[in-house]
Amino acid sequence: MGLWTIAGLALTSHAQQRLIPLEKLQSGLHYSGAEVQSLQTDEFANPGNIALDSGTKSWAKTDGKSNKSCQSCHGELVKMKGVSIRYPAIDKATGKLFNLEDRIRNCRVKNQKAAEWTFESDELVAMTLAVTSSSRGLPLQAQIDGAAKSHFENGQRLFMTRQGQMNLACTNCHDQHYGQKLYTDPLSQGQANGYPLYRIDWQRVASLERRLRFCYTGVKAETPPWGHSDIRDLSLYLMWRGQGLLVEAPAVRK
Amino acid sequence: MRSRLFSRRQSILAIFQTTLAASVGGFWLGSAKAQVDKLTITGLSEARLRTFEEMVRPYVQSQELKKERVTLSLPMLADNGHMVPLSLKIDSPMTEASHITHVYLISQRNPVPLMAKFVMGPWSGRADLSTRVRLSGNQNVIALARLSDGNFIYDLQEVVVTEAACVDNG
Amino acid sequence: MSSARLQIPPRILQGDVFKVRLLVNHPMDSGFLRDIDGVIIQRNVIRHLVCTLNGREVFRVEPTTGVAANPLFEFYLRATESGDMLFRWVDDKAYIGELRHTLVVEAANASKPASN
Repeated sequence: MGLWTIAGLALTSHAQQRLIPLEKLQSGLHYSGAEVQSLQTDEFANPGNIALDSGTKSWAKTDGKSNKSCQSCHGELVKMKGVSIRYPAIDKATGKLFNLEDRIRNCRVKNQKAAEWTFESDELVAMTLAVTSSSRGLPLQAQIDGAAKSHFENGQRLFMTRQGQMNLACTNCHDQHYGQKLYTDPLSQGQANGYPLYRIDWQRVASLERRLRFCYTGVKAETPPWGHSDIRDLSLYLMWRGQGLLVEAPAVRK
Repeated sequence: MRSRLFSRRQSILAIFQTTLAASVGGFWLGSAKAQVDKLTITGLSEARLRTFEEMVRPYVQSQELKKERVTLSLPMLADNGHMVPLSLKIDSPMTEASHITHVYLISQRNPVPLMAKFVMGPWSGRADLSTRVRLSGNQNVIALARLSDGNFIYDLQEVVVTEAACVDNG
Repeated sequence: MSSARLQIPPRILQGDVFKVRLLVNHPMDSGFLRDIDGVIIQRNVIRHLVCTLNGREVFRVEPTTGVAANPLFEFYLRATESGDMLFRWVDDKAYIGELRHTLVVEAANASKPASN
């Protein structure tokens, strides 16, 4: 058997090959220019602050037939420290892999008895950012055994599989060519430690799901519909791949 | 401005320029005013570089215009045209007798030349300002300040914009 | 519903010239971009933003489509009196955004730790 076949088999089997070793991991901030970095580090004027303020306010606001706020059950927002880094995680009730947005949407309907928030709506994005901000500075981690194992493996497979008219896999750019230029932009490692983040191109805070769907567009592949399990599996893989990178909130990228 | 009929060379050049603009997305070449409307995917027309005179004429007529006392700061190379930090410092005592009344931020290439107008006075204490602007491609930016005596001072800076604003990115 | 964040120094003494930073929640839609379905997003920008202190105008900016989304404005004021600071902005949809702040200016001979 050829060396590549062995490597390929190793990757698609239970083995967890780190194509970027842990000590070489870099946040997307490292590949951003000076202006983007200064926008992120500006405690006051970070453009993501607007959504963060909005989500923080929303946390304490009562809603739905339950007439409860998130705070009523969960306590103050600071108490959510460590929560966002547990996601994506298996939801015990449905057995599905939930990302943080799914959890928030689910909680609203099930516990608050409030109207569902649409994917990528202002309210959902703001709340996700607010919850994530409680974990600012904590390292990424991922639970990839037990019920999550098959999801992790699917995510890894997706990351390594070529797709779209451009026939590119995530790994081709983000493992093999990070640091080099794609047109005028330096390629990052495609890490997820900043999400949801303020994307300057979109002029608003965006979720990881939106960004991943845009990657599909980038290689001219068919974009999975909102809520698709592939996106969640991929997100779980990304959390494992970026293990140890610190949560940035609100992060700013181009 | 004289109008010109298109020569064959100009027609071919126009087609080439439009194709180049469509493929590179947002990069327009300077051209004569009689050029056909180049409707890009965003519907913008007439995106050529303005002359210095065109940029300041709406504000400065017969008054004095000097390049002094104003320091405009923009990144020389802006990552993304959607949000470019801009700050300016003006050397002025900001007293009743001598102060800045208005500051105009003017773009050479944006669809709308005036980016912002600021109004201030002696109550401001300092004429320094900061904001974030949009730049639709490589261009010069002018910060034009009107003095209380009616004359003008300014600074100009060239900015290279890696990814232009005003162009859709999905 | 447009909101904003304000940052001014915690202690202001009479005669100080202090920096005001205002970050406003507003999409500043230029009218040049299209949404995901290819439909032009209607122009909606802040037409003017005014700061008054005790009813007197102390700062005005009239931005256009050339100002970035969620605009940041930084300017200076000379501290002469305490009072009601009101920021008010109006956009193309005629929505009015407001932020109020009670400005406290201490007497010049008040003890202060270190100057900004």
